[in-house]
Amino acid sequence: MTTIGVLALQGAVREHIRAVRACGAEAVEIKQKEQLAEIDGLILPGGESTTIRRLIDSYGFIDPIRDFANQGKPIFGTCAGMILMAKAIEGQAEAHLGLIDMTVARNAFGRQVASFEAELEITGIANDFNAVFIRAPYVTKVGTAVEVLATYHDHIVAVRQGPFLATAFHPELTDDQRLLAYFITMVEEVS
Amino acid sequence: MSNIGTDRVKRGMAEMQKGGVIMDVVNAEQAKIAEEAGAVAVMALERVPSDIRAAGGVARMADPTITEEVLNAVSIPVMAKARIGHITEARVLEAMGVDYIDESEVLTPADDVYHINKSDFTVPFVCGCRNLGEAARRIGEGASMLRTKGEPGTGNIVEAVRHMRQVQSEIRMLTAMSRDEVMTYAKEIGAPFELLLEIRKEGRLPVVNFAAGGIATPSDAALMMELGADGIFVGSGIFKSSNPAKYAKAIVEATTHYKDYKLIAELSKDLGEAMKGIEMSTLEAHDRMQDRSE
Repeated sequence: MTTIGVLALQGAVREHIRAVRACGAEAVEIKQKEQLAEIDGLILPGGESTTIRRLIDSYGFIDPIRDFANQGKPIFGTCAGMILMAKAIEGQAEAHLGLIDMTVARNAFGRQVASFEAELEITGIANDFNAVFIRAPYVTKVGTAVEVLATYHDHIVAVRQGPFLATAFHPELTDDQRLLAYFITMVEEVS
Repeated sequence: MSNIGTDRVKRGMAEMQKGGVIMDVVNAEQAKIAEEAGAVAVMALERVPSDIRAAGGVARMADPTITEEVLNAVSIPVMAKARIGHITEARVLEAMGVDYIDESEVLTPADDVYHINKSDFTVPFVCGCRNLGEAARRIGEGASMLRTKGEPGTGNIVEAVRHMRQVQSEIRMLTAMSRDEVMTYAKEIGAPFELLLEIRKEGRLPVVNFAAGGIATPSDAALMMELGADGIFVGSGIFKSSNPAKYAKAIVEATTHYKDYKLIAELSKDLGEAMKGIEMSTLEAHDRMQDRSE
């Protein structure tokens, strides 16, 4: 059976675990880097990207996650997870994991009072996806290898580059599992 | 089309804070220390609860200069406190762009009967609770996040433990009830009936419940996580300790790895002196913040 890990340092871990199980795959909370060996795909959940990065550093997760990615194993980042996967971040000298050739702007839609829900068309996945944006980032620039899957008011909010998938919104906060099912198919194709 | 201020967006914001620590700060410098230590949010205040206790008198919303200073200092979310029932203080905080409002018993209540109708606002609210009835009433009014009341500014964990256990034990009782018992239970605890049915079905609250009010050490934070808290608020504990940066980081790590006892032992070494703390039986009835407004 396909096993999906959810990085469980901080954030919306429970929702992702529930969603993975709803899709019929095995779900594991990843708290130690050694656990990465047991999973086929990894989800970087929403949360506070600054906090998650500090905890990733404290527990030596950076290189093990990059190794996992180098083996071609799929990774899916939502919101804070998208920020962690970007090659560059607006206004910051350093990025985090640098897995997707894109630049992201943090809190790009504004503070919490500007957080919103909207219906999105996601290429090849859905034309009516209810997307939940919470102090969300968006992508300001992508490299040629990056496929843009969705935009909102001309801002890029979902991308894929090979085995890496990232969204600025939170599919885990709704019961619509189409995006996650798409990721699980990506995992099944390589494992 | 898009919608702002929906329940999903407001509750979802609190979901993103899970497993994290929210720290009280009184200026930009403290806010930066908190962010650096890995806090998921900061609470901008004029005084931390233990100083509010010491100062006495009426405690109100912070001077907007302080809130603004903190908003500009960090990229993590900023929360701020409004007095219970003080609709205008809450509107002012919302207009300033604060990310979450704490309708808080730490401040002197402005209304001793009614809480704010929080459903009217775009900004989400967190409220304190000591039991399921209080939790359900606050959710009914539109709170998107809960926390235990504990007894703020005491450095004594006993009340936060009591409130967390109380809420959870009442949820367990509720889930074991037959449907025809729920209406009478709703009447007894003063909770909205439909909401109790929902909690009974899901076996949990529809919003996150953090621990607050008396958390002073890394072990205290880990204990509250062990008891089922979704995350931690630390008020006076951090910036009343002798080494705030180290203390803040230790509390963050103990919250993440609350079952890693060797790690917590390491984190707890040489932290300097924790805040002194107050024994509950020495508190006069009028000094108990948790009894303000139910």
